[in-house]
Amino acid sequence: MSSVTHQIHRDDYGSRMGMWLFLFTELILFGGMFIVYAVYRFIHQQDFHLAAQELNTTIGLLNTIILLTSSMTMAMSITAIQKGNKKLAIALVIITILFAFGFMVNKYFEWSAKIHHGIYPGSPDLLSKPEGQILYFGLYYVMTGLHALHVIIGVTILVFNVVYLWTGHTNSNYFVKLENAGLYWHLVDLIWIFLFPLFYLIH
Amino acid sequence: MTNSEQHTEHSEHHTEHKHIVEYGKYLFIWLGLLALTGITVSAAGINLGNWTIVLALVIASVKSLLVLSIFMHLKFEDKVFKIFVWVAMLTFAIFIFFTFLDYSFIR
Repeated sequence: MSSVTHQIHRDDYGSRMGMWLFLFTELILFGGMFIVYAVYRFIHQQDFHLAAQELNTTIGLLNTIILLTSSMTMAMSITAIQKGNKKLAIALVIITILFAFGFMVNKYFEWSAKIHHGIYPGSPDLLSKPEGQILYFGLYYVMTGLHALHVIIGVTILVFNVVYLWTGHTNSNYFVKLENAGLYWHLVDLIWIFLFPLFYLIH
Repeated sequence: MTNSEQHTEHSEHHTEHKHIVEYGKYLFIWLGLLALTGITVSAAGINLGNWTIVLALVIASVKSLLVLSIFMHLKFEDKVFKIFVWVAMLTFAIFIFFTFLDYSFIR
């Protein structure tokens, strides 16, 4: 037999597969919204173009870079723990969490500015705009809002994983929880990859 | 799966592979993702008419492919994982197809 023996039954393969199956439900969740977006953009092309001018492309770009970088540090943390480098793995997950906070801070300023300008769901200013623009901002708030909720959930999962790494529950031999947390985090990144050009880059 | 330098672990049915992706590879992919983001942003400034959105979606898809295959380790997983992802995406594509088919006839 091999040198490593297991007392506890486990199936990392099945665990990862379960995570992937869950991610497909997320694809359908966000996918449905992307279809709604596509249909409304198709009907209200001009309004979508006008409304998109109101968004801050710089903040959107900054958040894109933040999420892409956080995805890299997340992926690297798995390499670190596979190599048995516990401290580096913890550091990389914490850096990922800090990037997530950075993302949320930007989101806070972005939304605050919009709300300050009277653009929020149901606001008198927004309701006075043409139908297409109301739909655009409705979708903007719902889709980026649901995405931001995923960021918050992701951070919570990552905090748990810092603890697992710290206590040695996750180690060079058993790291499927970190892998699954990573999969979730990359999904958050994937969704943003589509949200960014579709909402911020319509010129 | 591909290489298993360490055949140490045995879970229920599968030999648990332990493919380690080097830091440098992630860094390389990250640079690629940033470059593609730069292209998306600069391309959005050029007026290509209806092709602007097509280009944006193509670039986003390439970025997704990089994230899926490398960051999410799909490239190193068993074939069944890849089949799952294709089936999920195909399902989504069918949703899109029928929504637009439906829509173009209703109008």
